[in-house]
Amino acid sequence: MHSIIDSFSRALFLILNLNKELLGIIFLSIKVSGTALVAATFIGLPLSALLGFRKFPLKGLIISLLNTFMGLPPVVVGLFVYLLLSRSGPLGFMGLLYTPPAMVMAQTILAFPIVASLCYSAIVSVDPIIRQASMTLGATPFQISMTIINEARYGIMSGIIAGFGRVMAEVGAILIVGGNIAGYTRVMTTTIALETDKGNFELALALGIILLVISLSINLGLHAIQKRGALIQK
Amino acid sequence: MTNKDLRLAITDISKSYGSNSVLKNCSFTFAEKGVYILTGPNGCGKSTFLRIASLIEDPDSGAVSYFSDDEVLANDISLRRRITLVLPKAGLFNTTVYGNMAYGLKIRGMQKRDMEDKVDGYLKSFGLLHKKNQKALTLSSGESQRLGIARAMVTEPDLLFLDEPTASVDQKNSEIIEEIILKMKKQGKPTVIMTTHDAGQAERLADYLIRMNEGSLEPSISLK
Repeated sequence: MHSIIDSFSRALFLILNLNKELLGIIFLSIKVSGTALVAATFIGLPLSALLGFRKFPLKGLIISLLNTFMGLPPVVVGLFVYLLLSRSGPLGFMGLLYTPPAMVMAQTILAFPIVASLCYSAIVSVDPIIRQASMTLGATPFQISMTIINEARYGIMSGIIAGFGRVMAEVGAILIVGGNIAGYTRVMTTTIALETDKGNFELALALGIILLVISLSINLGLHAIQKRGALIQK
Repeated sequence: MTNKDLRLAITDISKSYGSNSVLKNCSFTFAEKGVYILTGPNGCGKSTFLRIASLIEDPDSGAVSYFSDDEVLANDISLRRRITLVLPKAGLFNTTVYGNMAYGLKIRGMQKRDMEDKVDGYLKSFGLLHKKNQKALTLSSGESQRLGIARAMVTEPDLLFLDEPTASVDQKNSEIIEEIILKMKKQGKPTVIMTTHDAGQAERLADYLIRMNEGSLEPSISLK
């Protein structure tokens, strides 16, 4: 009990003193996960719009695959990206293994199905009368689509935030493709795993607290967005 | 936009949903300006007729043709921007009253400065200026319906289709909406094609009364 309290107080000391190593790890985590989220949104949002607005063969299969991939095990994604980027792999010539871009790639694969699937749900949940109303007011097909996306904005934001929550908290994929190299590919979750193994609980706890605060902030933001959307729907 | 010579000819249209035949060989020419009222019992096909006439839906057979100076107009975006349908549930956007009003003008590429003056003018005439910055989805059903009509009117259509505009509003708002339609009738623009199942309202507002029964149109009566 004493060692837990002791580790906890030393962790707080690290946070309050803005420890340089700690800040570097936090910054890299946000940078990797943020970049992955932007990439996942750039791919996921247009795909969700395509699925929401168009009818085409295999659409049902794509939606089912997206829903299935929402629960992709991070270690499996890590293994897949590792095989792609390893020297003998198809993208091995790029020399990206054990670099932040490899971590971004793995996290993009993890976040993309969540963003695409939740954005698709948000788009198809928009009342069909919105499409008709914009059509009656003289909107072009593109303007109608943009209007529907705008109406789905709260659901879309929720989807993007949920994607961010997923990648910020994962450890398996980035550990495999990033290698947890100090000062280069070491992020919050991989550091917690490593420092816990070493019995160095103060840094692990400090990062754990910060991760929880980030996770709580994300969920509070999500709740506020959903509440705002629900209020406006009344 | 002008109301000059925009005429609508409906020729022999039919529409079914599954085995349910909603419209049966309906034909009508809306050649004159004024207020046309389509009456008939609920479920007789009035709304479907209006949706097809306003180019929101396609008929299974028959034709909907718009003419200007005896020339048939192509069913494209420039024609669709000369006609507007207000649905029974207004379908307001999740933004402010102003945002809803500005929508039709924005998609037509109007400058922001011109837009604001125009929107304010229409909001005033529909008694909604004081609600300009309010979220549209927080309006009462009567106010929502008025906003739905105002949002259509601000685009200055040649033809305004109104589908049961007073069906879901209280007596006071129903009277306000009737006054607005009477004003259009007096001004002679836009031409209004409206459905109602309220026979009294139809007689109060109509220049031309068209009865519909089980998907078929009966000859119109001019009340001018």
